[in-house]
Amino acid sequence: MHEHTVTKKWNPLPDQPPPVRDFGLSGWLRKNLFSSVGNTLLTFIGITIVWLTVPPFIQWAVINAAWLGDSRSACDHLLEGEKAGACWIFIKVRLGMFMYGFYPDPERWRINFSLFLLALGGLPILTTSLLSENSGRAMYLVAGTVICIFFFGPIPGSVAALFLAGPFLLSLIPLTGKIPLRAWDWIFLFAVYPVIAWFLFVGDIFGLPYVDTHQWGGMFLTLVIAGIGIATSLPIGILLALGRRDSMPVIKTLCICFIELIRGVPLISVLFMASVMLPLLLPEGTHFDKLLRALIGVALFYAAYMAEVVRGGLAAIPKGQYEAAQALGWGYWKMMGLIILPQALRLVIPGIVNTFLGLFKDTTLVAVIGLMDMLGIVKAALADTEWLGFPKEAYIFAALTYWVFCFSMSRYSMSLEKRFQVNRR
Amino acid sequence: MPDQTALQQATSEPIIIISELEKWFGEFHVLKAISLTVKKGERVVICGPSGSGKSTLIRCINRLETHQKGKITVDGVELTDNLKNIDHVRREVGMLFQNFNLFPHLTVLENCTMSPVWIRKVPLAEATKLAQNYLERVKIPELADKYPPQISGGQQQRVAIARCLCMSPKIMLFDEPTSALDPEMIKEVLDVMVDLAESGMTMICVTHEMGFARTVADRIIFMDGGEIVEENDPETFFHHPKTDRAELFLGQILSHGFDD
Ligand SMILES: Nc1ncnc2c1ncn2[C@@H]1O[C@H](COP(=O)(O)OP(=O)(O)OP(=O)(O)O)[C@@H](O)[C@H]1O
Ligand SMILES: [Mg+2]
Repeated sequence: MHEHTVTKKWNPLPDQPPPVRDFGLSGWLRKNLFSSVGNTLLTFIGITIVWLTVPPFIQWAVINAAWLGDSRSACDHLLEGEKAGACWIFIKVRLGMFMYGFYPDPERWRINFSLFLLALGGLPILTTSLLSENSGRAMYLVAGTVICIFFFGPIPGSVAALFLAGPFLLSLIPLTGKIPLRAWDWIFLFAVYPVIAWFLFVGDIFGLPYVDTHQWGGMFLTLVIAGIGIATSLPIGILLALGRRDSMPVIKTLCICFIELIRGVPLISVLFMASVMLPLLLPEGTHFDKLLRALIGVALFYAAYMAEVVRGGLAAIPKGQYEAAQALGWGYWKMMGLIILPQALRLVIPGIVNTFLGLFKDTTLVAVIGLMDMLGIVKAALADTEWLGFPKEAYIFAALTYWVFCFSMSRYSMSLEKRFQVNRR
Repeated sequence: MPDQTALQQATSEPIIIISELEKWFGEFHVLKAISLTVKKGERVVICGPSGSGKSTLIRCINRLETHQKGKITVDGVELTDNLKNIDHVRREVGMLFQNFNLFPHLTVLENCTMSPVWIRKVPLAEATKLAQNYLERVKIPELADKYPPQISGGQQQRVAIARCLCMSPKIMLFDEPTSALDPEMIKEVLDVMVDLAESGMTMICVTHEMGFARTVADRIIFMDGGEIVEENDPETFFHHPKTDRAELFLGQILSHGFDD
């Protein structure tokens, strides 16, 4: 029998595997390092530079360096000559000071504990789904408490237990359960944690000895200023950015004036002003903590920068998004909080983190009003007559510490960007 | 041509009353003495050349644009600066846009549940069920967990329709809902709209899809230069337009592939 079908049935071609991209090691070298005369030259120049700098540095920093011991005498022979090396003993001996400033030795556990508490409270927010299940959260709660009891004792342990259980319990009981666990996490981090941390740091309550803020210093002070600066500058910056785009001329003008004024002056002068001018404006005799003044200065200064970053994000949101939300009946604040800002902020994550990094490093400027941040303490330690002659070690250590913090922030921001990439246009 | 009687007849109760509406953009007079009454369940199609003020007119109905003179009453509430009134009207009126305007940071399902949960205080479980229901109705239940940029234009517009329906509006406004779509996708959206029309939804639709207009419209409104030039039932409008302006417009738009 004959087939009379005129049209041939169309079959799609089968998928082929993609071509293998394997040139081997020599292929890779040829392609990337020696592809032309210029490239070959650059490769050799690069190798020479690395050869000239890295081995001597390793010789100094690792091989010749003094690691063991805790007295100055162990480092005497390292200062110059053939066998010059780093004296890491200096860093080791002064580490407590670099980290905690002049915070009294027996009280330093309070700082460790509150940082640990911050990590415990922050982890469920930083990670996405892992700890949002009830069972996972319960396990986390128990584990956190046990670790706290082990390292800090039963009373701090129970504080930690309460702090961790708070959001969890509130999200479970019907009355407060309308607000989801995630939101309670944020509320605890922003409303409850600062109170606990404040009482721990300052003391003079529950039998904790009083520690005045002028004893605060080192990495601890840097983290306090940077942490509070980061936590306040973003919300204030968002409000300023919204204000700048507001239709009400008074609000708009106020925001523009504030932003442009602050952006027009260096942070140092803002810090000076906060330190010298604010007390003048206040009624005589009111005690106004120097640290608090610095905090206000840093927060407002970076809020102005943040406002401009956020404004960039807001400007990138198409008008249709506002219209769709309005047409669905969304009011201004809900629309901003749940529709517009989540999109705008995601767009400007790199800008926000960039500003945070700037803030973190600019905390070193509080030295000008007499606060001893990490770098300030390091400098002060260099003047110690017993340990003269080790500035390289001290500055390398300081740089490395700042770098570790900044680099982790930057990596975290990249992971955030990746997580939100799926819904980018 | 589909059976006209399949469509429910509009009641005589007016739900939108626009009288002597005037609007300017700066010096430019966009809407001139517009008077229009839409009854509950009525399906009105607005057409006219580009720049004639069609979008502006329907955007006035849910106050995305403010008017300067005249009166707009929607569901018994007059649109003024009173925020409460605006809120009430926006609750009753859903709107579809040319560019869909889905929220790209939310999944399709979240796009549909967000508004009921946050604006109408519907419990999440209930809103989710409702949303799944409507996604079923616009024939894309399987896309619930996708993000808008991951789906096609026609699918996005259908999600937008489901999102609107989740707020159970009494009136729906369409601003050229298919004009950003490829021909293949236009039909899938129009099908959903016809389905909506058959369920008795009050609809005002700006569109150049004349086939759709003929199928579902109770009334065609032809605008030009910010005025309502002609208002007629579809049969008369397409075959015996009263004004030469409408005839010219029809001639231009129908010469492309639309045959009687
Ligand atoms: N926000 C605005 N400011 C100033 N002029 C505007 C604005 N919006 C629209 N117009 C003008 O008003 C007129 C009517 O615009 P409208 O969008 O209502 O037209 P349309 O009939 O919907 O046209 P199209 O078919 O192209 O969508 C146009 O000339 C347009 O340029
Ligand atoms: Mg238009």
